[in-house]
Amino acid sequence: MFVLPEFSALQEAISRATEAEALRALYSDRPGLAGLVALLSPAAEPHLAALAKRSAAITSRRFGRTMQMYAPVYLSSFCANRCAYCGFSADNAIERRVLSMAEAESEAMILHQRGFSHLLLVSGEAPAKVGVDYLEELALRLRDRFAALSIEVQPLATEEYARLFSAGITAVAVYQETYDREVYKKVHLAGRKADFDFRLETPARAAAAGMREVGIGALLGLADWRAEGVALGLHLAWLRRNYWRTGLTVSFPRLRPAQGEFKPLLPVSERNLSQMIFALRIFDPDVGLYLSTREEARYRDGMIGLGPTRYSAGSCTAPGGYGQADAGGEQFEVGDSRSLAEVSAAIQQKGFDPVRKDWDAVFQLPGNGQQAA
Amino acid sequence: MKIFCNGEALEIDPGIRVADYLSQLGLETSSVVVECDGKILSREEYGGHVLQDGSVLELIRFVGGG
Amino acid sequence: MLTIAGRKFRSRLFGGTGKFSSPEVMKEALAASGCEMVTVALRRVDLNNPADDIMRVLDRDRYLFLPNTSGARDADEAIRLARLARASGGGEWLKLEVTPDPRTLLPDPIETLKATEALVREGFKVLPYINADPILALRLQDAGAVAVMPLGSPIGTNQGVLTRFQIEIIIAQAQVPVIVDAGLGAPSHVAEAMEMGADAVLVNTAIAVAGDPVRMARAFALAVEAGRIAYEAGLGAVRKEAAPSSPEDGLGFLR
Repeated sequence: MFVLPEFSALQEAISRATEAEALRALYSDRPGLAGLVALLSPAAEPHLAALAKRSAAITSRRFGRTMQMYAPVYLSSFCANRCAYCGFSADNAIERRVLSMAEAESEAMILHQRGFSHLLLVSGEAPAKVGVDYLEELALRLRDRFAALSIEVQPLATEEYARLFSAGITAVAVYQETYDREVYKKVHLAGRKADFDFRLETPARAAAAGMREVGIGALLGLADWRAEGVALGLHLAWLRRNYWRTGLTVSFPRLRPAQGEFKPLLPVSERNLSQMIFALRIFDPDVGLYLSTREEARYRDGMIGLGPTRYSAGSCTAPGGYGQADAGGEQFEVGDSRSLAEVSAAIQQKGFDPVRKDWDAVFQLPGNGQQAA
Repeated sequence: MKIFCNGEALEIDPGIRVADYLSQLGLETSSVVVECDGKILSREEYGGHVLQDGSVLELIRFVGGG
Repeated sequence: MLTIAGRKFRSRLFGGTGKFSSPEVMKEALAASGCEMVTVALRRVDLNNPADDIMRVLDRDRYLFLPNTSGARDADEAIRLARLARASGGGEWLKLEVTPDPRTLLPDPIETLKATEALVREGFKVLPYINADPILALRLQDAGAVAVMPLGSPIGTNQGVLTRFQIEIIIAQAQVPVIVDAGLGAPSHVAEAMEMGADAVLVNTAIAVAGDPVRMARAFALAVEAGRIAYEAGLGAVRKEAAPSSPEDGLGFLR
């Protein structure tokens, strides 16, 4: 079981970090958790450029000069949870829609046409609308045409992840949203999501089921981002130790004040977000780092090569939005609305290669990579 | 009768027990492991186990090693 | 304090008992090393020399015996030796060594994994000796090994920690203690291994064939301590990349 320290203990460790420790971590081959704490602390801030440089060097060595492209497909905006910060909250009076199997396939094929080979299937957490049967059938239909299919849906049981893995889902993303139990309780008002521990154990269940990759993350703006960074590092280290065969990624969804009605409790600036990305890259050279279209084009272009390794493009966060330009009911407002072609051009301009596919699902044997629980 | 001990063919008196044979060889039972016909004998069995004609004995002990 | 399979050790130096000029020198050298666990091998009794018995000088109350399966060329031979070791009252601790090539004495990874799986099922506390292969170390850990013993360089070569890079990976990933074994030829080598974060080291040849084994054993003991303290105290970093020329170099895009 992943044991998460008290959020306040993480904050306390951060407050004690010194500039000397940050510099030592910056130039160490294995900074460790103590190093991560120092790199996330205010003491490291004057050295942000040096962190960027180190992060860039590590990213380049480990990933080359490449950027993995992907696109999200929103399957459903129905959600049984009431999360204070989300456009899909059950409290919100928005247009709700769940795509039929044919519609979902059609959305996916639009992305296929555009050139995407890695898809992220997203839905609000409503098992009655998008359950394991639905996902299984969709995976079976799509697996031959996409190199990787990941899901960002309600937490499932190990056996359910195993079923989906056999059907062709290769990765699972599940964000704790916040590793601060108190804040978690406050913003997750109702629904299955209110169970902090069940959610916390989800990445382990997905890994145990044999998923090739598991993605974690925190919704930045809910609680102290520095401590979220430490918690993410702890979670990463634990997953690496206990599920060494599983690839790991971290996402950085950031609440932007202008975008939704929910004001971030503790706003996170672009500098903060960058520090978090650089620190985690230095801490874990092998972790995939996502930067989605929540962020603006200018920022995303600036970050190419500095740490992130996965970019989406042309994203639509409303179900059916690719086929239907005026589809309402978005989960969040997009900051970078450029097409895949435009983002790819920007990536190439910086001297990097936008990679459409990284794997071929046809190599995956059903039931391969299963691990003992 | 003839037995094999540590790869050597040897003539010994019939009816001899393992414990006595070890004594004859000048070996302390506590420091030697006996494998008779491929089966490891426990210390308690040394006193009772009688060697048969054609028995294959391996007498093993700890030696220096890295 | 070092804990392996639930047992605590004050000393992180383990000793080997082979290659000494005499049992008496071996006894004194091991005492000088402060080690608490020693490896022993299993061999046929020399019928022409029945009194030659290492047990006369090795106090079983002082040292935990770690029988090794040296000589085994495959899993079956290793398993047989393991059972013989246990029958000689060697306890369940076992250094698993499967070395089919007598020239290099390098361990066979496949037979080692096979033997580990079988011996763990029979209740042994298996400490497998392996090449510094991080994936193999993970597989052995998954199979139930209580520690892993990656080599620094081939047995007896005294070349030091040639496998440094891989051992660092093993140490970073391991959930069981990592004992660097083989090829540690000088106290500086063991200090290096300990500074990397190794949990313990095993030294045999370098002490046994030294000009003064007793003094050399003490030197190794001091080096193990020094290396461990340095590791725990947090070594300073070696700056590999130059610092940026201006404070905001490359971050002009941030708002």
